[in-house]
Amino acid sequence: MPIKFPFSRRSAPTNTWTKCPACDAQVFNRQLERTMRVCPSCGHHFRMSVGERIDLLIDRNTFEERDAGLEAVDRLGFVDDKPYADRLEAARIKTGLRDAVVWGTGRIDGQRVAIGIFDFRFMGGSMGAVVGEKLARCFETALAERIPAIVISASGGARMQEGTLSLMQLAKTTAPLERLDAAGVPFIAVLTDPTTGGVLASFASLGDVIIAEPKALIGFAGARVASGTVGEELPEGFQSAEFLLQHGFVDLVVPRAELRTTLSRVLQLLPVAPAADVTTEDERAWSPIGALSGFAERLGGAVSETIGIDVDADAATDGNGTGRQPATTGAAEQEERG
Amino acid sequence: MTDVELRTADPPSADEMEVAWRRVQLARHAQRPRMLDLVPHIFDDFVELHGDRAFGDDAALVGGPALLAGRAVMVIGHQKGTDTESNILRNFGSPHPEGFRKAQRLMRLADKLGLPIVTFLDTAGAFPGPAAEERGQAEAIASSIKLMTGLQVPIVVVVLGEGGSGGALAIGVGDIVLALENAVYAVISPEGASAILWRSKDEARTAAAAMRMTAADQVSLGVVDAIVPEPGEGAHTDHVATARALKAALLEALGSLSGVGTAALLSRRYARLRGMGAYLETGAPSSRPPEAPSLRRRLGRILHLPGVPRRRWSEVWPSDGADEQSEGGV
Repeated sequence: MPIKFPFSRRSAPTNTWTKCPACDAQVFNRQLERTMRVCPSCGHHFRMSVGERIDLLIDRNTFEERDAGLEAVDRLGFVDDKPYADRLEAARIKTGLRDAVVWGTGRIDGQRVAIGIFDFRFMGGSMGAVVGEKLARCFETALAERIPAIVISASGGARMQEGTLSLMQLAKTTAPLERLDAAGVPFIAVLTDPTTGGVLASFASLGDVIIAEPKALIGFAGARVASGTVGEELPEGFQSAEFLLQHGFVDLVVPRAELRTTLSRVLQLLPVAPAADVTTEDERAWSPIGALSGFAERLGGAVSETIGIDVDADAATDGNGTGRQPATTGAAEQEERG
Repeated sequence: MTDVELRTADPPSADEMEVAWRRVQLARHAQRPRMLDLVPHIFDDFVELHGDRAFGDDAALVGGPALLAGRAVMVIGHQKGTDTESNILRNFGSPHPEGFRKAQRLMRLADKLGLPIVTFLDTAGAFPGPAAEERGQAEAIASSIKLMTGLQVPIVVVVLGEGGSGGALAIGVGDIVLALENAVYAVISPEGASAILWRSKDEARTAAAAMRMTAADQVSLGVVDAIVPEPGEGAHTDHVATARALKAALLEALGSLSGVGTAALLSRRYARLRGMGAYLETGAPSSRPPEAPSLRRRLGRILHLPGVPRRRWSEVWPSDGADEQSEGGV
């Protein structure tokens, strides 16, 4: 019979400390968990796994994963140092994920959303056909159910091992956004460290609101490539979230502790537009203001009929451009208002 | 795409490597016709328009209205130079954000007037310099792609030389995509792939073959719809013959799109984009955090007793706490 120890034997990794890459402090892993993987010494935001993001943002017991069974295919028969199929397998074993994005529906402070979340640990969060398909379905569900769409990005860009099929995912994930525009359904893009390449050059740059995490690396080209083109030092904070804010390409830089609240507020301030086929009449009738104003109109109409005054005598014309005559008899007014 | 050709391909043979590299060289050939070399032989008239109405005029991306067999169209494309001086002027055909914003302006104009759009892709890629980053290169590409998905006019794309990734796709979302026989299309240059995936400067040939970047490969992947043959050794040998072949192909493509109503056009374009990429539906069930039915477990959870698992998504896909190097993205 195994000896029972009085302390917890967690399935956590054997290293209990993590070194902060920004300030070199050693942070106790349990503490890092409590601070939402933000360094307590310097505020450096560590990368988060999909599961941690869901726990951070989505109301308990409301997240339902969708399309969990989508799997990549090595369509090109791609072999660099390793065959693509092997890289996929290794990534699946390491992360427990099938690919670099998980999507589903859930609630944020009670507000229902369709949300897609990247995990950088799976092949650098790179976008291949499965990532593209999941995001397209996420957007299409947002459209069909008229709920806001949110994507939390963390990616090195398009997945090279799928060639131009990865490139085409830029168009596949962007096309539904046109439809969201037409339908009045908002899309919030959250950019985390890193968000680069083909992901930034598609849906991630097209949020109605774009929120970035502090000091996240957000850029199109690799920094070494960028500086190589000019052969000189890059500007301070190049490709950081703050740099993009300064240059007008993100709306907000939000510390992780405030991300959930910020999302909740933005969702309340930018709700899904009313569906196009609801008539204004119905809407007004059911809202309290509508009911009151409807009543006031009827009351005013009854009063003016009784005392024989046309309350709209100031208006020179009605919609047809014909002049409105001052009222004479109650019957004539009724006919005009008809 | 999911029903067709799901069988994994074999890695390229030595012959395929040879062919692929030869085509890359031809696509980059110094005498290969540029868009402006071909325009006078395809179109009856053409007026180049300039500026993005916000920042400047990018010489690497040109466009304007033209007459194709008497019918007005909007022509847009990347423009490389033909010698050192013109290459510097044209930034070697690599646009800055203002280039893509000019393209958007011209495409909106085409949409307003009902002009079909013809685009020519010939770029090593969007310019990756710091000024381009500052002016929002990614946003310019993204908004161009998005604009094209909703345009209410037919769009025919021609891969002329190099289809360089996002910088190409920004003007490359089409109803029909043609490619010249020796054109290539890739998500990253072979040199870039060699550096990142093979960690070497010397594997560009291997990378080129692995990425299946030839026009013929792109047809089998469903990215390109049809190939336009080139004269003799390649387009560089005869600009006029190349132009003639392209003109015929364009007329046929536009002809096939001319009867299609707007709603049908848009839904076909959406379906075409939507079908890109190969994947499997394995029907595997969704993940759920572990259940906790027993009282001991529920109490244990509240009191944080040792040995009682917490019901958290971060335990379904646990993080090992280490930041990872990028392995595959561009």
